[in-house]
Amino acid sequence: MTETLTDTRPIRLKGRSFLAIQLSPELPFDNWLARLDDLARRSTGFFLGRPIVLDVEGLDLDQDQLKDLIAELGERGVRIMGIEGARPSILGLGMPPAMRGGRPAADFDPPAETTPEPVAATGKAEPGEASVMERPAEAKPAATRSEPVRAMPSLIVDRPVRSGQSIIFPEGDVTVLGAVSSGAEIVAGGSIHVYGALRGRAMAGSVGHSEARIFCSKLEAELVAIDGLYKMAEDIDRRLVGQPVCVSLDGETIKADLI
Amino acid sequence: MAKTIVVTSGKGGVGKTTSTAALGAALAQRGDKVAVVDFDVGLRNLDLVMGAERRVVFDLINVLQGDAKLTQALIRDKRVETLFLLPASQTRDKDNLTAEGVERVMEELRADFDWIICDSPAGIERGATLAMRHADIAVVVTNPEVSSVRDSDRIIGLLDAKTAKAERGERIEKHLLLTRYDPIRAERGDMLKVDDVIEILSIPLLGIIPESMDVLRASNLGAPVTVCDTHTAPAIAYTNAARRLAGEEVPMTIPGEKRGLFGKFFGRRAA
Repeated sequence: MTETLTDTRPIRLKGRSFLAIQLSPELPFDNWLARLDDLARRSTGFFLGRPIVLDVEGLDLDQDQLKDLIAELGERGVRIMGIEGARPSILGLGMPPAMRGGRPAADFDPPAETTPEPVAATGKAEPGEASVMERPAEAKPAATRSEPVRAMPSLIVDRPVRSGQSIIFPEGDVTVLGAVSSGAEIVAGGSIHVYGALRGRAMAGSVGHSEARIFCSKLEAELVAIDGLYKMAEDIDRRLVGQPVCVSLDGETIKADLI
Repeated sequence: MAKTIVVTSGKGGVGKTTSTAALGAALAQRGDKVAVVDFDVGLRNLDLVMGAERRVVFDLINVLQGDAKLTQALIRDKRVETLFLLPASQTRDKDNLTAEGVERVMEELRADFDWIICDSPAGIERGATLAMRHADIAVVVTNPEVSSVRDSDRIIGLLDAKTAKAERGERIEKHLLLTRYDPIRAERGDMLKVDDVIEILSIPLLGIIPESMDVLRASNLGAPVTVCDTHTAPAIAYTNAARRLAGEEVPMTIPGEKRGLFGKFFGRRAA
């Protein structure tokens, strides 16, 4: 038996991005941890409450070494939310998940001196050992010092988008000259225009842009979403299927109209 | 100028191996020198369909690893003398397929043959990507049903992204070969119609092969459909597809469209 939902409001799926600090440990770890301690001493609580990603790219580690490193960092109050560049074999149960697709951003400011001691006296903390990673879905960087996102008005895809392909363009509109196949997906920060059949998933206004719309010359979509509100194929008015349609957001509901 | 064709589909069981053998034999019957290459390492079938399973001494992996020369591994067909088979290994693992090795063997084949037809394994893993890697032309084998069409769509996406031609910025030529087409079931709506499949995949149609017992019979006899009996409907369809590949203009017939009164009556009764 299927349960009937009394509350039919859809669940909002929203993208959100944070700037994470990327720590790139160097071998030998003792030395590197000492330098980290030094950094932390100069600015108590610098790592508290910040998303931190561990980059182990290029390090020859086994699972135990990685586990020890994570434990050492844990003792220092540094909690790792994800690991980049690790072979799947060294990631065990209970470890932070693997992350990929990070994009570089501007370096974090090394913590300001809390003691009047000159840097030279305190030792080896090098600027740049803490750099910043930007999540892929990043649109409005939280930190003020990160590079501004260049305004790109639109992306034009002049071939069909095939099953399994995904076009992600948080910067603006996406225009597809051709069909978007079942099993393909388009994620745009702005509107989505499909000059062909839309059979896959289209998510417009992914960065919180409720004015975004989805246009297609033939609506057969598996899912359409605007600003995190979505509608599945089954919820779309049967009369609109196969027709040229414009999908927009009216308050909290997704509206589809014939063009 | 040698042309390399990959016969691919994504989904298994749609007729890649049958099509490879039939197209290869049909092209060879025109007098061209053809090599059919089985890339399905570990699950080889092409040798059976070609009726050469008792004559396999060396295989593709042996050639890749330098244990045998290409000429030692190539098996000449007993019926069509310009048709050659390079079998896959049944005992080795597909990890033995290396990108460099495949490139070397394909270069060697190109020097000696007019057509090289690679029978891709199902899936989108290593074997399939290496089979398509050096192709000039892709024959996308699709059954008229949704899962096969979606998998073909995925493969077309990979053909546009992962082949050597695509990486050089060129477009690989892609053709749709619709197999196991049953006009009566398509009419009833149990199957996708030809137009629907073409509309979804948006690549040119190379041919429509009707569903037929003749295909199964030919496989069991170990002869390509186009060699076994040249007068059957699938043999004619494959031969026409091969002529189109070779650049001839051959009008396309959709099976069932020229059915007469009896056919219509039969179709309605079957529904």
